[in-house]
Amino acid sequence: MRLIIRGGRVIDPASNTNAVKDVIIERGKIVEIKSDGSRGEPLCPPSFEDRKEQKKQKSTIMDASGKWVVPGLIDMHTHLREPGHEYKETIKTGVLAAAAGGFTTICCMPNTDPVNDNRSITDYILKKAKEASRARVYPVGAISKGLKGESLAEFGELKEAGAIAVSDDGHPVMNSQLMRRALEYARGFGLIVISHCEDLYLAGKGVMNEGVIATRLGLRGIPNAVEAGMVARDILLAELTGGRLHIAHVSAEDSVRYIREAKKRGVPVTAETAPHYFSLTEEAVLDYDTNAKMNPPLRTKEDVAAIREGLRDGTIDVIASDHAPHSSLEKELEFDAAANGIVGLETSLSLSLKLVQDGILDPMTLIAKMSTNPARILGIPAGRLTPGASADLTIIDPEIPRTIDIHSFKSKSCNSPFDGWHLQGKSVLTMVEGSIVFEEM
Amino acid sequence: MDFVRKDILGVEELTGAEIELILDTADSMKEISHRDIKKVPTLRGKTIVYFFHEPSTRTIASFEIAAKRLSADTVSISASTSSIVKGETLIDTSKNLEAMRPDVIVIRHQASGAPHMIAKRVRASVINAGDGMHAHPTQALLDMMTVREKKGTLSGLRIAIVGDIAHSRVARSNIIGFTKMGSSVVVAGPPTMIPTGIESMGAKVVYSIEDAARDADVIMMLRIQKERLGDFLFPSDREYANFFGLTHEAVSKARKDALIMHPGPINRGVEIPPEIADGPQSVILDQVENGVAVRMALLYLLIGGSRHASDN
Repeated sequence: MRLIIRGGRVIDPASNTNAVKDVIIERGKIVEIKSDGSRGEPLCPPSFEDRKEQKKQKSTIMDASGKWVVPGLIDMHTHLREPGHEYKETIKTGVLAAAAGGFTTICCMPNTDPVNDNRSITDYILKKAKEASRARVYPVGAISKGLKGESLAEFGELKEAGAIAVSDDGHPVMNSQLMRRALEYARGFGLIVISHCEDLYLAGKGVMNEGVIATRLGLRGIPNAVEAGMVARDILLAELTGGRLHIAHVSAEDSVRYIREAKKRGVPVTAETAPHYFSLTEEAVLDYDTNAKMNPPLRTKEDVAAIREGLRDGTIDVIASDHAPHSSLEKELEFDAAANGIVGLETSLSLSLKLVQDGILDPMTLIAKMSTNPARILGIPAGRLTPGASADLTIIDPEIPRTIDIHSFKSKSCNSPFDGWHLQGKSVLTMVEGSIVFEEM
Repeated sequence: MDFVRKDILGVEELTGAEIELILDTADSMKEISHRDIKKVPTLRGKTIVYFFHEPSTRTIASFEIAAKRLSADTVSISASTSSIVKGETLIDTSKNLEAMRPDVIVIRHQASGAPHMIAKRVRASVINAGDGMHAHPTQALLDMMTVREKKGTLSGLRIAIVGDIAHSRVARSNIIGFTKMGSSVVVAGPPTMIPTGIESMGAKVVYSIEDAARDADVIMMLRIQKERLGDFLFPSDREYANFFGLTHEAVSKARKDALIMHPGPINRGVEIPPEIADGPQSVILDQVENGVAVRMALLYLLIGGSRHASDN
């Protein structure tokens, strides 16, 4: 069985391809990418030999004209909530949401219950992910046992079990000595350390960005220095140790500045942001909307501009969703008491396409930030459309109008501030290893 | 004019004309409290629920007296005796209260925005009796009533508010209220107690009590909460009293007829010395008295007319 995706614009940063081509897939692999067959189609009827050849191969042809054919999107920052909080999301619903959002690969953070700080939990996640199929799941192991920030988790065993990186996401490593050792120790296993940068002392009881709006609403503020101070510390520690550091969910102007400067000096640091940090400002919190409560918090329009500039100039390598499902039990509460985070797997691409429409990124760079770069940073064999590679790909209709409807989400949760937003463009087909896992062509 | 609001959640939402109407109504309500028989039948058959999640002496007593003088039936629920301690959410508790058909729910809550959350979900009128650091509209209204009573106007005055502005809902509501009515507000305190961007709400910021008091028509002192020591806002009561407590010298910088105000409860000897709190310029107890009148006015305006009855 051979599948030909015909006439789409193949955008593959890894091979620097951006042209209308046919992608030919056989037995779950890409076998050939060739110049648009429809143009070269012979006008005369195919010869007997040709027809015999076609019949033998039983080609299915899929018309992708007007669409983008891109390497399967990779979301290196999600929360799947299983084990422990299955009422918010399971691995199964999480991968369904991923497939619907155009993601073929996702990484899940270790803040489950129990915490993914050992082989048995990593095994469990991988087993559940295999049963669910749909998307590839790479678990992220904990930096510290129980995410308590007291002692190192067993990185060697975690890596053997299949963990792709380590992070105490949601629980910043406040102890600088532990962070130093984590970067050093991880280096020996070739693991990257993903840092949730937050100075808990400085954050205090803050629940939103510090500034005029927090003052007016009478909510405790979180200044940019809460994030940027730890970004600076972790950059210095990465420099000290040579350990590979990836900064999670960058939200603040100062953080972008520190990362830019560090990259210039050759520090082994990469960074991600999430769509809400370039799509929304703190004004979304007005009226105490708990769906706009997240950590780090939504910031000012100056920060949004800095994040966009960081994406444009390459300081920020990756767009990750920070998909954080919560139910009404955590969200229909007083603002102070509500949980942080929003779902993102099914809105990430449409929100990110806005960057192309706004002229911040070209399509190739966008795909790099949502596929090629995460693959490179994590060292996984994905994020490219080249002969021999697994047929993990996403077809995007960049023009189609879309209205976000939280009730249509495949995710178990619908905590999103983007309900009702009118956007342009979305994934229309997601394929993992040659199998179509989502289709809305 | 007609008063057509469902809820009183903050001073921010009120227009200048509405504030005037509330204060005019309060002025006439005040007379009832001076009668021999302090009761009128205006709210007979109406039910008011107090839902207090934070300790309160003055505010709850003031509401209770206001309601009783208007012949309403009242029920009081505090956080420690409610199902909140059994793990019921605020929304569930308020929906349950709603099912018992109260006409007004008066809520105080430690979380900013809690009354707004409830107001969206119940048909009853909601009065915010203080939410977190956000708003305390009935306090601001009684403060404005007191100042208007003594000064004859609310415009062109200079109001100084001194203390922990950052954590004060009283300060926020008064800044909004007095500036809306045409006065200027200056706030003072150590920089740790001045919140980011308070100027955007119309307040001028100074860092000494003398600067704040200069030419003031009103000096409003805020209570210093000792538990804030843990937030590193100030080193000690002693140092606070020395630099930000009210002094005769500071009072002398103000206008001769300046009013000294305090929302209570006061820490005698910390933010205000006893002789000033009890002195001739102090209107602290007038504030308390006017609190009853303002709350009577609000209850009457929200549920007293025929409008409300026909709505239901």
